[in-house]
Amino acid sequence: MPFDLHLGLPTHSWTAMVAVIGLLLLASLIFATKKHRSPQQDFTELGLRIQSWWWMIALLFAALAIGRTTAIVFFAFISFLALKEFLSITPTRLVDRRAVFWAYVSIPVQYYFVSIGWFGMFIIFIPIYMFLFLPMRMVLIGETSGFIRSAAVLQWGVMLTVFCLSHIAYLLVLPIKNADAGPVGLVLFVLFTTQFNDVCQYLWGKALGKHKIIPKVSPNKTWEGFLGGLVTTTISAGFLAPYLTPLSIKQGFAAGFIIACAGFIGDVVMSSVKRDLQIKDSGNLIPGHGGVLDRLDSLSYTAPLFFHFIYYFQY
Amino acid sequence: MARILKILFFALIVKPLVLIVLGLNVKNRRNLPLSGPAVLAANHNSHLDTLVLMSLYPLSVIHKVRPVGAADYFFANRALAWFSRTVIGIIPLDRSGASKSIDDLFAAPAQALEQGDIVILFPEGSRGKAEQLSRVKKGVYYLVSRYAEAKIIPVAMRGLGRALPRGEALLVPFNCDVVIGEPLPECATSNEFVAELTTIYSDLLSQCLTKTE
Repeated sequence: MPFDLHLGLPTHSWTAMVAVIGLLLLASLIFATKKHRSPQQDFTELGLRIQSWWWMIALLFAALAIGRTTAIVFFAFISFLALKEFLSITPTRLVDRRAVFWAYVSIPVQYYFVSIGWFGMFIIFIPIYMFLFLPMRMVLIGETSGFIRSAAVLQWGVMLTVFCLSHIAYLLVLPIKNADAGPVGLVLFVLFTTQFNDVCQYLWGKALGKHKIIPKVSPNKTWEGFLGGLVTTTISAGFLAPYLTPLSIKQGFAAGFIIACAGFIGDVVMSSVKRDLQIKDSGNLIPGHGGVLDRLDSLSYTAPLFFHFIYYFQY
Repeated sequence: MARILKILFFALIVKPLVLIVLGLNVKNRRNLPLSGPAVLAANHNSHLDTLVLMSLYPLSVIHKVRPVGAADYFFANRALAWFSRTVIGIIPLDRSGASKSIDDLFAAPAQALEQGDIVILFPEGSRGKAEQLSRVKKGVYYLVSRYAEAKIIPVAMRGLGRALPRGEALLVPFNCDVVIGEPLPECATSNEFVAELTTIYSDLLSQCLTKTE
């Protein structure tokens, strides 16, 4: 037997999951102590946030543990929620609903190509076929006023929420190169590093933040937060990479660097979208966090960039 | 039996549809009255409006939630009438003008309020143009002025006119906003009522997250 199995998961992935649950337990414990010590303070928002983290982690780990197909369907469903949220907050025209319908159809098709591991189709289906098809479907509707803007919103939504996010799922069908971690290891690596970077940038910013990076978009983002997160994430990713991925330590540093930068950019891009629309959260599906896009903003940038980094060096 | 059918219909079809295919941004859920007599006065864009509003209620009280619907439409044939009455619990409203008086017209919804039900009404009268507020009518005022104990809760919804507008059969998923207002203050005249409700709707609609052009 090449690897030891826990719930059908390779050892390293299993250990990483247990570690994440440990971290979450720790967060819950600290929260409970804080709440107990200062009962007059309002912790509702933070409490909801932690509770939602439990739900998200539980659903994700369950999907990953059950098997590859379940996990791919799970990510397809996340894409659906994200696309729906994107198209609901951005102004598309009422007449576009039939074109929007086809944008949704792209989700099962794209994830089907993922599930059969057809790399060529996975990589061109949305940037070529959907890209050309959606405006054509809109032409058939016949309304030209506002056409450019509507087409742009639709294309952007599909690229960001379906094409970019589906890269996470494709990590699951890559050939196994680190048997101890298995395909799940890659997914855990990119998800954990992305979220870890978000947290680090926030904490560094909170501790040392002084010089604003882009005050017009995100007044809370500082150079100190960004650079602190960048260094922490790069170092942690370097040491984590050989455990969960086929990457060497050096390549792990590079992957961490890419994820930290891309995560920051994804975050501020989505912030700009929300600022333009004059909303704070993109939805209220996840209590304490906001909408799905509020959680996936960084990931829509880190997933494809990490994927192509590892694909170039390892496959 | 009817109650079980209604619970099953909402538990197995409506709630999953509303939660997964649509997705709601509910604002001020605490304003939602869980016991009657009460009137939910909502703006109307889609057939989904009624189902979305009912889906906000827990299954244990769903039998107390009764939408008012056009008799000529929802009771057009026997099968539809059975479904409307038994499974959804629609209170038919006669739009033909045959009713002799306002009391006559609102007899059925008034009786529901007397039983302590929560009645859903669309003061615009019909779905109108998708995602546009039509003129608010006076009907709700006449109904409630006869039954002063019932509070009127204004509810504004946006997005459903995009998901399933009038005259379309294809449901396209969109998140939609449901903003629940404070109970309407008492109004002395029907004109005052119309003005008040119209103002409240535009205020509630301005709190929505979703955008349409």
